Amino acid sequence: MRHGAAMFLFTLLTLAACQREERDTRPQSSLGSGEQPMPVTTLEPGGQRPSASDNKAASFEANAFHLSEGKRLFSWFNCSGCHANGGGGMGPALMDQKWLYGSSIENIHATIRDGRPKGMPSFRDKIPDDQIWELAAFVRSLSGNAPSSAAPQRNDDMMPHPSENRMPDAATLGKSP
Amino acid sequence: MSSADLTSERDLPPKRETASKGDLAPEPDGPRDTGMDDASLHRWLTRAWRTPPGIIGALSSVDHKVIARRYLITAFIFLCLGGLNAVAMRVQLSGPQRGLIGPDLYNQLFTMHGVTMMFLFAVPIVQATGIYLVPLMVGTRNIAFPRLNAFGYWIYVSGGAFAWISFLLNMAPDVGWFAYVPLSGPEFSPGKRADVWAQMITYTEVSSLAVAVATIVTVFKQRAPGMSLDKIPLYVWALLVTSFVVVFAMPAVMITSTFLILDRLVGTHIFNPAEGGDALLFQHLFWFFGHPEVYIIFLPATGMVSSIIPAFARRPTFGHLGLVLSLISVGFLSFGLWVHHMFATGLPKLGASFFTASSMLIAIPNGVQIFCWLATLWDGRPVIRTPLLFVFGFFFIFVIGGLTGVMLASVPLDLQVHDTYFVVAHFHYVLIGGSVFPLLGAAYFWFPKITGRMMSERLGRWHFGLAFIGFNAAFFPMHLVGLWGMPRRVYTYSAELGWGNINLFISAGAMLFFLSFVLFTFNLIHGALKGAPAGDNPWDAGTLEWATSSPPPSYNFTRIPIVTNVEPLWAERETLPVATGLRVDVRELLISTVAEAHPDIREKSATPSIWPLLAAIAVGATFLYSIFTPWAIVWGAVPIALTLVGWFWPKGDPEDEE
Amino acid sequence: MKRLAWTGFGTACVFLQGCSGWQSALDPKGPAASELAWLIWFFTALCAVIWVLVMIALATPLLMRPLARSEPLALDSGADRRKLRVVVIAVGLTAAIVVGLTLLSFFANRTLAAIGSDAALTIRVTGHQWWWEVRYEDATPSRILTTANEIHIPAGEPVRLLLTSTDVIHSFWVPSLSGKLDLIPGHINVLDIKADKPGVYRGQCAEFCGAQHANMGTFIIAEPRAKFDAWWNDQLQPAGPPASDEAKAGEDLFLSRPCVMCHRIGGTPAGGTVAPDLTHIASRRTLAAGTLTMSRGNLAAWIADPQGVKPGSHMPVVELNGDELNAIVAYLEGLK
Repeated sequence: MRHGAAMFLFTLLTLAACQREERDTRPQSSLGSGEQPMPVTTLEPGGQRPSASDNKAASFEANAFHLSEGKRLFSWFNCSGCHANGGGGMGPALMDQKWLYGSSIENIHATIRDGRPKGMPSFRDKIPDDQIWELAAFVRSLSGNAPSSAAPQRNDDMMPHPSENRMPDAATLGKSP
Repeated sequence: MSSADLTSERDLPPKRETASKGDLAPEPDGPRDTGMDDASLHRWLTRAWRTPPGIIGALSSVDHKVIARRYLITAFIFLCLGGLNAVAMRVQLSGPQRGLIGPDLYNQLFTMHGVTMMFLFAVPIVQATGIYLVPLMVGTRNIAFPRLNAFGYWIYVSGGAFAWISFLLNMAPDVGWFAYVPLSGPEFSPGKRADVWAQMITYTEVSSLAVAVATIVTVFKQRAPGMSLDKIPLYVWALLVTSFVVVFAMPAVMITSTFLILDRLVGTHIFNPAEGGDALLFQHLFWFFGHPEVYIIFLPATGMVSSIIPAFARRPTFGHLGLVLSLISVGFLSFGLWVHHMFATGLPKLGASFFTASSMLIAIPNGVQIFCWLATLWDGRPVIRTPLLFVFGFFFIFVIGGLTGVMLASVPLDLQVHDTYFVVAHFHYVLIGGSVFPLLGAAYFWFPKITGRMMSERLGRWHFGLAFIGFNAAFFPMHLVGLWGMPRRVYTYSAELGWGNINLFISAGAMLFFLSFVLFTFNLIHGALKGAPAGDNPWDAGTLEWATSSPPPSYNFTRIPIVTNVEPLWAERETLPVATGLRVDVRELLISTVAEAHPDIREKSATPSIWPLLAAIAVGATFLYSIFTPWAIVWGAVPIALTLVGWFWPKGDPEDEE
Repeated sequence: MKRLAWTGFGTACVFLQGCSGWQSALDPKGPAASELAWLIWFFTALCAVIWVLVMIALATPLLMRPLARSEPLALDSGADRRKLRVVVIAVGLTAAIVVGLTLLSFFANRTLAAIGSDAALTIRVTGHQWWWEVRYEDATPSRILTTANEIHIPAGEPVRLLLTSTDVIHSFWVPSLSGKLDLIPGHINVLDIKADKPGVYRGQCAEFCGAQHANMGTFIIAEPRAKFDAWWNDQLQPAGPPASDEAKAGEDLFLSRPCVMCHRIGGTPAGGTVAPDLTHIASRRTLAAGTLTMSRGNLAAWIADPQGVKPGSHMPVVELNGDELNAIVAYLEGLK
C-alpha cells in the first residue's frame, strides 16, 4: 500500500517534470492550423458551447522550453512595438486580466493567427503554427497564468516588470480599465 | 601491545579535569583501562563504542569506519554511473555524425559526467578514505564531531540522489559542470535544470565542509601522545592540507551557485551586464573554487602515494620535511592560479602573465614531491605488488598531465588548446593519473585493513594492465585531436574534419578502460567474500593503522599507542608503548596538544544518534523545495531548527554530562 | 579486432601525416599561429625530454639487484645526503625551466600583441546562438556591410576583429590563423588576425554555448586585396531580380511566409535582423554556420527540416509543399 502510494507520487512527479522539461523542437502541433472559428467567449444562448480546448495546446504553457521560446519570439517579432513588454501602448496591455477576445490559449492563438480589429495584424502564414502556440502560451504567462515553475525567468536586458515566474497570480493583477 | 607502560601513565593527566572544576564535587568516575587485562578491556570497550543493532541503530551510527565504508561504496556507485555516462558519450563520438544521442541528451550526459565525477565521486571518495584512515593513523578512537560526520554523509547521499533522480526525470543540468552564465542564467536555461545544478552543488559542498572540519580537528587535537608535528604521517598531512583548502575553496562555489539561483529564482541581476552585473564574475568565483578543487582531489592521492611507496620500498619516505612543506605550499599556491582557466576571456595581458607565472610556480613543489618519491625508491629494488604497480602508473601518467599543465599555464599556448580535447586529455591525465590510479593502489593497499581479507594479486595485475593500456589508449590521442582543432563538449562533428578514425580509436580505449573497472569490481567482491585472511599488517607497513586488527574493532585501539617515530611500527618492533588512564565504560578520547601532542585532557565522544539523519532529511527537503521557490528557505528553517534542537537536546548520557 | 587493428593503422597514418590541416593548430597559416605552433612544439619537446628523464629515474631501481631491506629504518645517511644533493639540483633545474618558460610565453605574448597593431580593417563579429554575425566597419556608412558566418579578409594584411555576443558566451577560434578569444555579452574583445596566403581556414565556436555548440562553424577566406575589394563591392549590392519565373514565385513566397520575419534580403522588403542576412547567401560556401555545404539539395534539406539537420536551432519548421520548397530554393540559389 505504502509502496503503491510512493510509486504513484513518483509517477506524478515524473509526469510533471517531463511535461515541464521536455524540449521538443519539432512539436508538429497540427492543432492550430485548424480553420475552425474559435469562440471568443463561452457564453452562448441556450447553454454552454463546447470548448475547442485541446490538452496539447494547454501543454504548451506547462512546458518551460516552449514558454521561453515564446518569450524570445515575442521580442524577435517585435510584439513589444505595440504591446511594450506586456505593459501596453499602441496595443492593449497583456499583463492584466482583461481579455478582449478571450483568455484561453486557443483564443490568444486565434488572435495572433487571424488578427483583431483596430490594429492587431494577422500573422497567419507569417509565423509557423507551433511558434504561434509558443507566443500564445507566453502571453498568458505575462499575467501569471502559467505555472511559476515553468514560466520564464527575468531576461538579461532591462526589465520593466517582474520576471514571469515571479508574477503575482492572475487574480492579484486585476483588470486594468 | 604491552598493557602497562608506566612512562605513559605519567604523561596522562587524569586529575586535570576535576582540578579545572575547582571545588565542585568530583564527578563519578568509571572504570579506567589502567591495569585491566585485554579480554575484559575488549568487553568494556565494545559495549561503549559499538554501533547499536537494528535498522535504527545502523542509521544512527557515528562510527567513522561505518560512515566511511558507506561513503566509499556510495562514491564507487557514483563512479560507475559517471563512467556509464562517459561510455555513452564515447559511443556517440566514435564516428562523425553519429545519430545515437541528440544534443539535448548529450549535453545532460557530459554535465552529469562532470558533476558526478567531481562532486559525487572524486571529492567524497578522497574525504571518505580520510574519514576511515585518519583516526586510525593518528591513533584515536573516533573522528572529531562524529555526528557532524554522519550528517555530512546523509547530506551527500541525498545530494547525489537528487542529481541522479533529476537525470531520470529529464531535468538534469545541461549547462556543463561549470554552468557558465548567461547560458545557465535565467534567459537561456528554461526549466529547472540549472537550478538543480545550483542547489545540488551548494548541498554536496555542505557535506564536504563538514568532513573537512572534522578532519582538521581530529588531526590537530586527537593525535596519539608523542605524535608531534614532525611525526605525523604524510597521508594525514595531505588530508589536513586538503581540509584547509576545502574550508577556503568550497564557500566560493557555494556563493557562486547561490548567486546563480538568486538570479534565476528571485530575479537579482548579479550576472546581468544590462543592469550592472557581469558574466565574468561568475567565472572568477567559480574558478577560485575550481582550481583548488583539483588539488583537493590530488593532494590526498599524494598522501596515498606517500603511504604506499615506503611500505614497498622498505624504508621511510625520503625528504619527509620537504614533502610536508611542498604539500602546504601547493595548498597555498592553488588559490593563486584560477585565472589560467580564463585566459581566453580577454583579460588584460599583464594580469594574465602574472597568472602564467603563478601557475608555473606550482610545478616546483609538485616537482619536489616527485623527486622525493623517486629518491625513496632508489634504495634498492622495491617489492612489486599491485598497489605499487598503480603508483608506477601514477608516475607515468601524472607526470605527462603535469607537464601538459605547464603548457596550459602559458597564456599564448593556452589560447590554442583551451576548451579543446587537448585540455580534456590534460585533466584526465591529471585527475585519473594523479588521483584515480593512487586511489586504486590505495584500494588494494588498505582493502585488507578494511575487510580483513586480501584482494587477488593476479586479478590485480590484470586490472592494472587493462586500466593502464585502456587509459592511455583512450586519452593520449585526445591531445592530438585537440591540436587538430576538435573543441570540447561537441555532440558531433563532420566527417570532412578528419577526426573520425582517431575518435574510434579513443572510444575503443575508453571501452577497455571501462572493462578494467568491471574487473576491479569483481576483484573487490571476490576479495571481500573469498579473499585470503590478511592479518593485522599484511604489507609490514609502518604507520599506526596497521597496529590494530583487520578490520579494526569499533574502538580502534585497545589502548592508545604512544608514537616515537613517523613509522611507529618499524621503530617499535616488539611492543608498541601505550598510554592508559581512559575510562572504558563511556566513550572517552584522549585530547592532545596541537604541536607536541602532549596528552592534554580526556574528552567524551558523541554517542550514536538518529538526529543527524533527521536533520539531513530536513535540510535536503529544504534544498529540494528551494529550486521552486525562495520561500523554501523560510519554511524549511522550521524543521531544520526542530531537528537541530533534537540533536543538541541534553539526553543525560554520561557523554553529555559536560 | 581486425577493425581495431585497422583503426590503429589508420591512426598511425594520420599521426605521420600530421594533421588534416583545415582546422589545426599544427598547420599554421598566419604569423600568430606560426608563433604558437613553434611554442607548442618547443614545449612538447622539452616536456617529452623531462618525462623521459623521470621515467628513467623511475625505472632505475627496478633494474637494480634485489636488495634485502629487512630493517626499514636502517638508513645509509651518506647515500641519503647524496640523494639530497641530486634532489636539490633537480628542483633547481625545475625552477630554472619554469622561469625560462614563463619568460618565453611572456615574450611570445608580446609578439602576438604586435601583429595587428597597424590593422586597417575592422570587422565586428557578434556571436549568436548558433551563428556568427559579421559586420565590416567603414567610415562611410553606405559601405558598412553585414554578412554571416564567413569572414573574407585580404591576405597578408592584419585585420582587427571586435568580438562580442548578444546572448551567451561563445569563443572565436580559427586554429590555423590564431588562438581563441571569447565573445562575452557586455564585453568587447579585440583579436587581430593575419593570413599569410590566400586560402580558406575553418574555425569553430570553442566555448560551450548550448544545444548546437557543435554546429557553429565559421570560415575565414583570405583573398588577394583586389579580389577582396571586389567581393566587398559585390556584397554591398542589393539582391538582383529573380532570374526565372520559378525564382520569382520563390521571392513572393519568401516575402509572404515566415522567412521574412527573421531574415534580411537587401533590395526587398525582407528586413529581419535576428537571423543571418541572406542577400548573397548563394555566394557562401556553407549553410547553417558550417553545417552543410552550399548546394541546391542541401538548401532544400535545410529549409524543409531545419530541426532534423540542427536540432534546437532557432530556424523553425515551415510547412511548405514541394512546389513551394522548390521555388524558394530556386530563388535563394540565385542570390549570388
